[in-house]
Amino acid sequence: MKKKFLSIGKPYLLIAPAMAAFLLFSIYPVMSMVQLSLFDWNMISPEKDFIGLANYQKLFYDEDFRQTLLNTAVFTVFSVLGDIGLGLLIALYLKKNTLVNRIMQSVIFAPYIISLASISLLWMWLMNPDYGLLNAALEALHIPGINWLGSPQYAMLSVILICVWKSVGYDAMILLAALQSVPENLYEAAALDRASWWRKLTKVTLPMISPTLFFLTIVETIASFNVFETIQILTRGGPQNSTDTIVFSLYQYGFKFYRIGYASTIGVVLMIIMTLFTIVYFVLLSKRVHYQ
Amino acid sequence: MSEIVLKDVTKTYDKRNTVIQNLDLRIEDGSFTVLVGPSGCGKSTILRMIAGLEPLTAGEMLIDGKVVNEVKPGDRDIAMVFQNYALYPTMTVKGNIEFGLINNKIPKKEREHRITEICETVGLAEYLDRKPAQLSGGQRQRVALARAMVKNPKVFLMDEPLSNLDAKLRGQMRSELIDLHRKLSATFVYVTHDQTEAMSMATNVVLLDRGVIQQADTPFEVYQKPANVFTAQFIGSPTMNLFCRKDVAPYLTAQLPEKVHKIGFRPSRALPVADGEQPQNSLTVSGKVLTRELMGSEIIYRLLSPFGIITFKTFNEEELAPDSSVTLSIDRHSMHLFDSDGQRVEE
Repeated sequence: MKKKFLSIGKPYLLIAPAMAAFLLFSIYPVMSMVQLSLFDWNMISPEKDFIGLANYQKLFYDEDFRQTLLNTAVFTVFSVLGDIGLGLLIALYLKKNTLVNRIMQSVIFAPYIISLASISLLWMWLMNPDYGLLNAALEALHIPGINWLGSPQYAMLSVILICVWKSVGYDAMILLAALQSVPENLYEAAALDRASWWRKLTKVTLPMISPTLFFLTIVETIASFNVFETIQILTRGGPQNSTDTIVFSLYQYGFKFYRIGYASTIGVVLMIIMTLFTIVYFVLLSKRVHYQ
Repeated sequence: MSEIVLKDVTKTYDKRNTVIQNLDLRIEDGSFTVLVGPSGCGKSTILRMIAGLEPLTAGEMLIDGKVVNEVKPGDRDIAMVFQNYALYPTMTVKGNIEFGLINNKIPKKEREHRITEICETVGLAEYLDRKPAQLSGGQRQRVALARAMVKNPKVFLMDEPLSNLDAKLRGQMRSELIDLHRKLSATFVYVTHDQTEAMSMATNVVLLDRGVIQQADTPFEVYQKPANVFTAQFIGSPTMNLFCRKDVAPYLTAQLPEKVHKIGFRPSRALPVADGEQPQNSLTVSGKVLTRELMGSEIIYRLLSPFGIITFKTFNEEELAPDSSVTLSIDRHSMHLFDSDGQRVEE
């Protein structure tokens, strides 16, 4: 009896620590976030007021939140496109294994491993409207300087630029590995089949690396939707809410205005959006992804 | 139909590693030419140079009298079957076969017609919508063939196309390729390290070693009159027995030219002699049977003779027991003679 219990229980015993950590740090916070979204609470008072779905109702009519959603969407679309598109171009260029390209790989990858705070400070200096290097360069070309991070028109663009610059190396590296795993004789066969450069890219290369592209799209979308630190350091959502994103406003409601219930509501909505995104990606893209 | 000529071709990798030096080769129009040799002999490099996948370091490549050194692979009117087939894994069978046709801007109706025709020929009609991963090795081989055939090329290049198939299927594909060559009357250039494939399919055999052509002739001539020691030992199974003249001299009753240094003979030409018989004008030696391999219609023996191990082959059912004593005789006319440079001594 004891023996039988051991043989059945052993696997569960072995995964128990991981499961405990998962329940404690993933499932429990999600559950309590859903619960908190039904209350009005300021985090300090011992009393929580149950208000049902009132937070959701309010959020639905919240003009600022709509702006936040739009900002997040713009940021996500352009940073994902920028990361993967530019990453693919760099990877295609670096595919040839030469000494120069091997050095270039590390150079392009470097920003990814530098801390975000340092990068943000570096770019704040580069983008400074008065003494920044970017505006100095523009002035040398007789183009009027831009208030990169300080004007509502350019702030989002600047943030996207910085984020793409930081993470494009990661995408390029992953795509490079995928490109190098495409057998060379497929390109030889394509050359004998008289395929043009474009046909080789669209009919051989891209389908062959589609699982990697799919993986990057999902990972980058989730990461972009959750953008926080960059905004916090560079713009704090300003100017005029032009760079206010979902997670940043969640943080503000929760930890600056102490409206935990409302912040939790934003969190729940964010979770629902991410889930929907992933499902839609899988349904739409899985047909175009070729797994070997 | 087209003739391929390589003139004084040299191929060097990384500026140091010369694989082929000053090679001259003429591949006849409509021939089934097999490039055969041990691995690293440069046979695949020659094929890839014909395809245009490797640039020539020096020399000229002519197809149909035109220099094609600078002509792109797709514009040479050739098709190639790769060793691992190089099928596009993300396309269906139909997609694979059609890809080259679309690139050549063949109208859709014509494409459909050609694909249907070819797929019936090679027996792929019911697999058109499958991906290569869902096919067996033999079926993939057929897709690769169909992809080459559908383009109607002047030249077919094949790089060890049968090496990934099992023995039975390989035999079957050999006869199908011979058939195909007869039907298409295109020039076939085929690379293999397997001398059986070379002998069974080729109309012309080009035997290579270390980037140098050892002999280029019909399979019959290569087998009957090997130009040198390398050819003699590469072609034929089991390999030819080869001994130094001075070692076998005491057992020799035949007159040989002065410059003969080595004597070779095929295992099938070493014949057991009945007791008391004294064959003249031959090499006659006795020894002990070491091993016996029953191959079905024939039996291969290894015999320990005073000057070394002799492989011989009999076609009769009567078996010689291991450890039994046998006297073998090789007739003077069955001997292949080579000089001290390993070249054939003509008589």
